[in-house]
Amino acid sequence: MRRITQHPILDIPERGRLTFFYNGQPMEAREGDTIAAALTDQGIRVFRETHKRHEPRGLFCAVGQCTDCIMVVNGRPNVRACVTRVEAGMRVETQRGLGENADENI
Amino acid sequence: MKTYDVIVVGAGPAGLGAAIESGKAGASVLLADENDQPGGQLFKQIHKFFGSHDHYAGTRGFQIGQQLLEEAARAHVEIRLSTRVWGIFEDGTVSACTEDESFRCRGTWLILATGATENSLVFPGNTLPGVITAGAAQTMVNLRHVRPGSRAVVVGSGNVGLIVSYQLLQAGMDVAAILEAAPQVTGYAVHAGKVRRAGVPVLCSHTVLEARGERELEEVVVAQVDGQFRLIPGTEEVIQADTLCISVGLTPRWELAALCGCKMDFCGPLGGRLPLHSETLETTCPHVLVAGDLSGIEEASTALDEGRLAGVHAAAALGLLSTAESAEREREIQSRIAALRQGAFGRKRQTSKEQIWSRYHQHQGGGL
Ligand SMILES: Cc1cc2nc3c(=O)[nH]c(=O)nc-3n(C[C@H](O)[C@H](O)[C@H](O)COP(=O)(O)OP(=O)(O)OC[C@H]3O[C@@H](n4cnc5c(N)ncnc54)[C@H](O)[C@@H]3O)c2cc1C
Ligand code: FES
Repeated sequence: MRRITQHPILDIPERGRLTFFYNGQPMEAREGDTIAAALTDQGIRVFRETHKRHEPRGLFCAVGQCTDCIMVVNGRPNVRACVTRVEAGMRVETQRGLGENADENI
Repeated sequence: MKTYDVIVVGAGPAGLGAAIESGKAGASVLLADENDQPGGQLFKQIHKFFGSHDHYAGTRGFQIGQQLLEEAARAHVEIRLSTRVWGIFEDGTVSACTEDESFRCRGTWLILATGATENSLVFPGNTLPGVITAGAAQTMVNLRHVRPGSRAVVVGSGNVGLIVSYQLLQAGMDVAAILEAAPQVTGYAVHAGKVRRAGVPVLCSHTVLEARGERELEEVVVAQVDGQFRLIPGTEEVIQADTLCISVGLTPRWELAALCGCKMDFCGPLGGRLPLHSETLETTCPHVLVAGDLSGIEEASTALDEGRLAGVHAAAALGLLSTAESAEREREIQSRIAALRQGAFGRKRQTSKEQIWSRYHQHQGGGL
């Protein structure tokens, strides 16, 4: 668990919980979490694998600029995990390559 | 197509300052930002600002952000979030998109305040999950309230590196070391003192050689460098860490300015490539102004005041402020900015700015 609950300067309010699906498994997040924050809290840092060499990639800039964190979300590929808020029931998957595991009709 | 007196791109301190000043004078203002929250970098800055009362000294970045949002609301600024500006056309049309649609609008004046991008470093293993920018670490702990890891090494002892190191400690992480390739710390002594007192070693004349790990970062190989930044063989050392924060400077986000046709300039001390501009933030494109990190990397307080200056300039050009009013306002803001460009660090920025202004005037005067 990497969530910060106490901080010397920031006032950290308690937020509601929700459940989403990570690679098919139910996982808990807090309302307002980005996908990256929810996964990082659970110790998951590999968000995708590269196309040719299947190398792991994850968070890099955290502000939507680098696209290293892209995942397949509700079947749609190339969604930036660092700036997309997680929602109840959302299906989040490790992106393989260019999105080979995305839904075909999206 | 909706038309505004002023369209501001980027809602960081510079964009907010610009929108507030032109809005207060009576201009219709659209302020667009790609994020779902306004404030740019401000809301992740939880330390107290320096300077005088006029510079919000003693106030923390996120509190300044809150005050600015209230000022913007009072100035009737229309803020559109999750809106990325992707095109600017010759006739002054601006194209922007949200998740679902792209739309166009037109502004008599355009103020670009797009901020900066963090620089990266090239070394084996730099793509491993766990290797992140210092800004990413700051965003995670201060905005998302989740620690990116448990033990970090920070590369770069500039202000961002030093401040972020301290904020990682406040968030409950360990900071194993701060590496600095130069022979001395490059950020303010106050910030360096704080991390040192907290027990973080600052290793000068050191750099990162490699990031290692099976699927994620597990250890960082560091080594000493000589006065010419050449590696000193035999000084390699391995530090256990699951997070490596890279903090080696910022580069202005100049793409939109270039797209407009603004003449570009280069200034190393201010971050590299940036649009050529004047003291009052005019570019070589009529009706296009720039402010903040885009016109040279400085600090949040300078960005805010540059933005205000650009806002006053646009309002005056629109005839919403009298010559006397705008001159008075400009003098006031410019003297605050001048105060921010003092001291050893500030003077270097002031000199660089003066060189840019002079190149701007040469260019506009038909010289060069
Ligand atoms: C990670 C980091 C940490 C920093 N820490 C400090 C600090 O502690 N203290 C300090 O004084 N200074 C700090 N700085 C330096 C910086 O000068 C100021 O903090 C300040 O935020 C700069 O203001 P700005 O408005 O120019 O840019 P920003 O605050 O970066 O705002 C620019 C905004 O424009 C948006 N944008 C860019 N392009 C588009 C587009 N095409 N369409 C829509 N929106 C767009 C961006 O997403 C962003 O929200 C830091 C900078 C960074 C990057
Ligand atoms: S981490 Fe850079 S876009 Fe998400």
